[in-house]
Amino acid sequence: MKTVFVTVGTTSFDELIGSITSSAAVQALKSRGYDRLVLQVGRGSVLPGPEVCPHITLEAFRFKDSIAEDIKGADLVISHAGAGSCLEALGAGKPLLVVINDKLMNNHQLELARQLHMDSHLLYCTCSTLTDTLRTMDLSALLPFLPGQPKNFANFLDKALGVQ
Amino acid sequence: MSMCVGVLVGFFGTVLFFIIRLFIIVTTGSKCRPGAKGPVTVLAVAGSGGHTTEILRLMESLSPSYRPRHYVIADTDKMSEEKICTFETSKEHTDSDSQFTIHRIPRSREVHQSWSSSTVSTLNAIRYSVPLVFSLRPDMVLCNGPGTCVPLCVAGLLLGILGVKKVLIVYVESICRVETLSLTGKILYPISDYFFVQWSALRDKYPKSIFLGRIV
Repeated sequence: MKTVFVTVGTTSFDELIGSITSSAAVQALKSRGYDRLVLQVGRGSVLPGPEVCPHITLEAFRFKDSIAEDIKGADLVISHAGAGSCLEALGAGKPLLVVINDKLMNNHQLELARQLHMDSHLLYCTCSTLTDTLRTMDLSALLPFLPGQPKNFANFLDKALGVQ
Repeated sequence: MSMCVGVLVGFFGTVLFFIIRLFIIVTTGSKCRPGAKGPVTVLAVAGSGGHTTEILRLMESLSPSYRPRHYVIADTDKMSEEKICTFETSKEHTDSDSQFTIHRIPRSREVHQSWSSSTVSTLNAIRYSVPLVFSLRPDMVLCNGPGTCVPLCVAGLLLGILGVKKVLIVYVESICRVETLSLTGKILYPISDYFFVQWSALRDKYPKSIFLGRIV
């Protein structure tokens, strides 16, 4: 089963949950071959049940200690712009679509998602362009996100501090 | 009258002494090489969540010459202690004389806390930080953004100003900050000895910063 995992982090993002469960978005997902949708809705006002989208296998939960397993099991991750969620999905090597909450436009969290988008590590849209993005996105154009190199930091510090 | 003048002269003299010492301490940090004399004592400030994960990635990269390792966490933080212990015990297999301790101090600023109440809680955090840093006497403080960094770095600076020991302040800005520094970063930029940023846009804005690409 091709799975999409949607995560909103520790807050809520009802608009994203509403958009992704709309019949147009579900249709777009189906046409791209996805047949299972897992939603992490956080403090959102609704926890959608399977009856919301009869045409796709739907699971939803609010919080888990770790969403690592859900990310691992996904073929596509759709996330809010939170740095933690973005880095976790990219670190697991998953294709990532970040949906911006335009009500939080000046949030510094957006900086990282915007930069990672400019570097072609993720796709980027708003709730209103979500369905179009799902229809037209080209995941093969995304570049892998290589882990940072703490060794460079250690080498620099060794030299600066005179460590043998 | 003459006593008043005496008190004033004394007061301004002390302030002047502190300013001159502060200037010397901040500008001569790059000449300080604690590693040439033996192991480097590290005080690492673990924040919460993502900050702790990032700081442990950095600690993992450091050689066994960096010991002992003292961790400071905010007293409201439940998760970090477990993460640190897991990390340090896994390290012990490779490094037999690994030594670490964990210390708690009151949090100086919760997210979204107002400025005025932040000031009061920061002063409270300084009250705990000064004795802690004075007793541990680290060679360097390593931090990456949680508000708890500031009182500990101030305490480290005070050790230097008083001529007890030069404590190097090593700051690594979080990978989340691409174009603007965090509040902690802005405060610590002028007083840190090594200030790392992880995106080139920040390096261009802050000439003193060190950019080695992404390091966490």
